[in-house]
Amino acid sequence: MSNYQDVTFTPATDDDTADPYAGVRETTEGPVYTVTGQDWDDVAAAAAAGEERIVVNMGPQHPSTHGVLRLILELDGETVTEARCGIGYLHTGIEKNLEYRTWTQGVTFVTRMDYLSPFFNEAAYVLGVEKLLGVTDEIPDRANVIRVMMMELNRISSHLVCIATGGMEMGALTVMTNGFRERERTLDLFELISGLRMNSAYIRPGGVAQDLPPGAVESVREYLRWMWDHIGEYEAFCNENPIFKGRTVGVGYLDLAGCMALGLTGPVLRSTGLPWDLRKSQPYCGYETYDFDVPTWDTCDSYARFRIRVEEMKESLKIVEQCLDRLEPGPVMIGDKKIAWPAQLAIGSDGMGNSLDHIRHIMGESMEALIHHFKLVTEGFRVPAGEVYLPIESPRGELGAHVVSDGGTRPWRTHFRDPSFNNLQAVPAMCEGSMVADVIVAVASIDPVMGGCDR
Amino acid sequence: MSENDDPQSGTQRPDEVEEASRTRAETSPIEQPGKAAEPGGGPDEPSKEEVTTGGTPGDGEADEATAGADGDEAEAEDESLPAEPEGPVLPPEHPSRRGMFGAYGGSGDTSGYGRLVVRDTSPVRGGSTPRPWADELEQLGDDVSAALQEAGSSDDEAFEKVVVHGGQVTFFVRRERLAKVARMFRDDPALRFEMCMGVNGVHYPEETGRELHAVYQLLSITHNRRVNLEVVCPDSDPHIPSIVSTYPSVNWHERETYDFFGILFDGHPALTRIQMPDDWPGHPQRKDYPLGGIPVEYKGATIEPPDERRAYN
Repeated sequence: MSNYQDVTFTPATDDDTADPYAGVRETTEGPVYTVTGQDWDDVAAAAAAGEERIVVNMGPQHPSTHGVLRLILELDGETVTEARCGIGYLHTGIEKNLEYRTWTQGVTFVTRMDYLSPFFNEAAYVLGVEKLLGVTDEIPDRANVIRVMMMELNRISSHLVCIATGGMEMGALTVMTNGFRERERTLDLFELISGLRMNSAYIRPGGVAQDLPPGAVESVREYLRWMWDHIGEYEAFCNENPIFKGRTVGVGYLDLAGCMALGLTGPVLRSTGLPWDLRKSQPYCGYETYDFDVPTWDTCDSYARFRIRVEEMKESLKIVEQCLDRLEPGPVMIGDKKIAWPAQLAIGSDGMGNSLDHIRHIMGESMEALIHHFKLVTEGFRVPAGEVYLPIESPRGELGAHVVSDGGTRPWRTHFRDPSFNNLQAVPAMCEGSMVADVIVAVASIDPVMGGCDR
Repeated sequence: MSENDDPQSGTQRPDEVEEASRTRAETSPIEQPGKAAEPGGGPDEPSKEEVTTGGTPGDGEADEATAGADGDEAEAEDESLPAEPEGPVLPPEHPSRRGMFGAYGGSGDTSGYGRLVVRDTSPVRGGSTPRPWADELEQLGDDVSAALQEAGSSDDEAFEKVVVHGGQVTFFVRRERLAKVARMFRDDPALRFEMCMGVNGVHYPEETGRELHAVYQLLSITHNRRVNLEVVCPDSDPHIPSIVSTYPSVNWHERETYDFFGILFDGHPALTRIQMPDDWPGHPQRKDYPLGGIPVEYKGATIEPPDERRAYN
């Protein structure tokens, strides 16, 4: 690696006073900037000609833009004539950071990308790593069932946030409070099972970080009962609500041809009537063995996407039920000791940590176990050189991990094709020509998560 | 030869070492066996093979015998011992690494790990994967060939090579052909790759003349299958034709790839930065761009930033 350390990075210096776009001159009132360049001259000319042309920056700090999304809207009265997205405000360089960590450590990074669907980020990455390792078929059944269960619970919590925040933006505050109440129960399950509400780094190369704790199955069953009782509330609130329908029907229209051209997937694509769901068409983690439907709608609008999300939550509940019925005792980590994370976590007197049994084993019983533990934890395992693109169906559409290895213990390059990033390209197509208020609804129906979009 | 050479190797003058190893490489009679053992890095082989040249039995005795003879010859010419680990000479198109744990030339390594040879068999750098492939990929390959013929072209004209790895097929499209090939993949009835899921850049600084790679993922809903297109361009001429006119969905993805790698997509409607600020210098995902970071002190010990920690790659 040493020959890549040559620094080509040259930060801008203060000497660059001649800014081509914003000249500065000192006055008694302080510096005055003269903004020129880009399309400012057009705007100034249009203003001089007496046209009424308003350019509004909605965001990046706006409660209705789902995080730090910046919408640049050109308005004619209340009508949007041009809409553009500005993104990148939440870029955190996760993909770059991955290149300096082991393959296992990478999970703790990718889980933070799309913070509403951490298990999907982990699963896409881990499945990609496993494919490169060639161990996809050696993952224990129990680990796969737990992965599917966590992903489906995560799909529910993610859709709940989408519906809740989308409702709030339309003024449906009860939908918001109920949505976050149910989501909180889902996150309680995540906390029980993985130890963390969010960013859990639970799905690891080779399996999952730890087995289900005692009582987890009962808690999930109770959660399912509770969810079946309450999921109807959203339909009762919204389905035939004249205000809700007035705000959503026909808004954010994007038909099948538009979705294809712009690469849209997920509920937006299914709202055009195409039952495209990677869990069905290109299954992974054993999804082909579960019994569930792919809900579709055919009106191509925000209302359709809301209905689809509610239906998908019900399908997810069905899948979770099937997962619980399938859970057989067994290992949750691959048998190959050159890949499997050596330690299991356990609750000790001072909180959660490596189990005492494992520490006794490596410190007192087996030198080889100690060596394996040390090598895997510090150096990590090597992944054969190659590249693989692994797509999964996240709540927002196709989440793909392009994982490149050069044979080392660190990823050479990992790129995430995040559905939020891709789907936001459809904002101009959905919003131009509509009212300003409809922009909020249309963006909410895409359900962008800027953490995933910017990574 | 290798039993008695390592302890001194660390103290050797580097110019002597270089000379010795160069002589060895030039006069080596084992170049051919080296190549034979490594036919183009086919993806079926384990991707990194570690070969100790010293004492491992049964790893090609002929190789070892010639290596020994070669070593003696080098020593006869020059009494100095090579600091660079001994090993079979590998084909130049497969850059390989010798030594582990930072035991590169002059480190004074006495562990013996410095003589390990790790061969690079990355399918990205290897040749085409010979047929037959898996059934569905065979079908896809035939469909692509037929479509190309219909368009008055051929596989060799359109592609540098075709690599099948991990159950996925990657067509290495010649740069100047990309726009036409992408259009063909979208429009040909047997192919019908309606959607392009995105573009991703990869930077391989050691591949001289083909440092920058752009990988496109196409999806056909009609036929329910996927294909990757990979295009290569050199650092000195980072231009790739844009395919936004065929697949509008790659608009932002191409901007992102430009932002992170500096690949210029010719014909893109507005190729500007998308994630980094407009005035940002450099392209952060390139390998020559540092990660940055500061050392952290904890209980008296200092932990260096991640990009300065020991790497085992």
